[in-house]
Amino acid sequence: MKIVVLLLVVSCLLITCSQPNQRRVTLKGSDTMVMLVQLWTEYYPERKEVQFQVTGGGSGVGIAALLNATTDICSASRPIKKMEIARLNELYGSSGVEVRVATDGIAVYVNKSNPISKMTIEQVRKVFIGEYKNWEDLGGPDERIILYSRENSSGTYEFFKDKVLKKKDFAANAQNLVGTSALISAVSKDPFGIGFSSAAFAEGISTVALAKDDSSNYYLPTEETIGNATYPVSRFLYFYMREDPKGDIKKFIDWILTPEGQAIVHKAGYFPVKILKK
Amino acid sequence: MSKISLLTKKDNRWFERGIEFVIKAVASLSILLIFLIFLFVFRESLTLFVPKSNSEIATIKYNAPKVYNPESGILNEKEVSKKPSPLQESVWDTFFKSVWQPVGEHPKFGVLPLLVGTLKVTLIALVIGAPLGILAAICTSFFISARLRNIIKPAIELLASMPSVVIGFFCLIIIASLTKSVFGLDLRLNALVGGIGLAIAIIPIIFTITDDALQTVPKSLREASLALGATEWQTAFKVMLPAAAPGVFSAVLLGFGRAFGETMIALMATGNAALISLNPAGSIRTLAATIGAEMGEVIWGSDHYGILFLLGSILFLISFGINIVLEFYVKTRLLQKIQGKIG
Repeated sequence: MKIVVLLLVVSCLLITCSQPNQRRVTLKGSDTMVMLVQLWTEYYPERKEVQFQVTGGGSGVGIAALLNATTDICSASRPIKKMEIARLNELYGSSGVEVRVATDGIAVYVNKSNPISKMTIEQVRKVFIGEYKNWEDLGGPDERIILYSRENSSGTYEFFKDKVLKKKDFAANAQNLVGTSALISAVSKDPFGIGFSSAAFAEGISTVALAKDDSSNYYLPTEETIGNATYPVSRFLYFYMREDPKGDIKKFIDWILTPEGQAIVHKAGYFPVKILKK
Repeated sequence: MSKISLLTKKDNRWFERGIEFVIKAVASLSILLIFLIFLFVFRESLTLFVPKSNSEIATIKYNAPKVYNPESGILNEKEVSKKPSPLQESVWDTFFKSVWQPVGEHPKFGVLPLLVGTLKVTLIALVIGAPLGILAAICTSFFISARLRNIIKPAIELLASMPSVVIGFFCLIIIASLTKSVFGLDLRLNALVGGIGLAIAIIPIIFTITDDALQTVPKSLREASLALGATEWQTAFKVMLPAAAPGVFSAVLLGFGRAFGETMIALMATGNAALISLNPAGSIRTLAATIGAEMGEVIWGSDHYGILFLLGSILFLISFGINIVLEFYVKTRLLQKIQGKIG
């Protein structure tokens, strides 16, 4: 009996392994983008002919896999670093190919009970580097500001540090949470908390409208404001490849950048990328 | 007689020796594994100890990646070459400082807050978990009926099979709010919450091993003590517990090891802010959680990557060191003192 079962298992494995006609594309990288990439592969019209293998692990892991040639496409929520470009050049003699596949607005949010509804970038900066410690400094109640940040490994953290904090360090007492949802739930439970992450709308938090400076208008992150770049804090999400896309990979990427492919971006909570016309 | 002669026959001995060898090989395999793991982890951090040849990467200019643009059907090569990076600061300048900000223009790799945080949360976990686990073992061993024991013991042991991410989640949602409202704390996620979570993880370990140790104490000791007129209470605490002390110490030791290296609970429940303070209600960041959180996105081969592996080595060495000290000091000297009382 056991032998029969074993044989069945082995033959099943052999069958699944021995499908040479099935073409494969592997996508590895950013955890932030796993959902998005999976949605793309599910809606891709030619999904029957091509087998997609989507894994997360992080942008750094994805780029390492790209360097080791264990993935075809690397998804990354941050631009590729100088050191990684150098490694690409050493190994493959090219700087790789970058595709901007989606736009992501970084929202700053507070607890629903918090009266603060708008801030300037400068105020956000002072809050997160620990200069403003009390909500009174922003015209709120006399309570300590509790800072919530993403883990320093996330692309969001780095982006926020570069663009909003102007490369200053986060206040040491900022609590680092893993993942957007942990951050949202923490702020929704903490009446004096403030956090930031990909533009998301969830129960219990209210998104703060942001302005570039005192004299500019305040904007909430919406498709329109992120699309026309009036919302001050938005970034791109990327695909990276070792060489110019060809065949199935090119088809897939071309489809992602069509209006149909870009419509799926919404489902994952991101915004379409504007295709650069030349 | 015939059976004995069979066993001592020469060919059977060879067989026996073969089996003995296999068993020994399997036993030493774990030692080899520990050694190899340590070697690998340490090797990855070796780049930090090699003096930097700043020239290589800093001076060569590379093009930025080409930007793919399907509309125009061509690949635009960006002509802009990136500026050479400024001379990199040595990792060791910031290594013994108190700021852990590994990402950014001037990365700071201060290990002290991570060490303090790890020790603090482990201590809290042991202060909560060890007495509970040991007392629970004494209780199920001596003070309750066999029927109740058959319910309680499996239930506590079931807790051991609870995935740590579930415990972490429980702490993140329930315990954090509970401790905040009970103690009126500023922060939801702090060392106390993490310590409680780790305590939940180590109680079943401490309980099970203590219980086993208590079971192996000869019954005659207990009977003699009771016969001499000691109460159950006196017997349990003054006779049985000291007699089982080596086992209890191993239990606490294993609990320490688990709490010290636990990643998921610490990552989810402690707030992960690298601060040096002794306040149990402050946020902390542990060594294991730091590795767990940052390994995913780090640039492979960079200083940060090396430092994370170095943290792994530190984690290993500390728990190894404490194990050794306790094994040799506590188990010989201290136990003789404790057990000398009954001898």
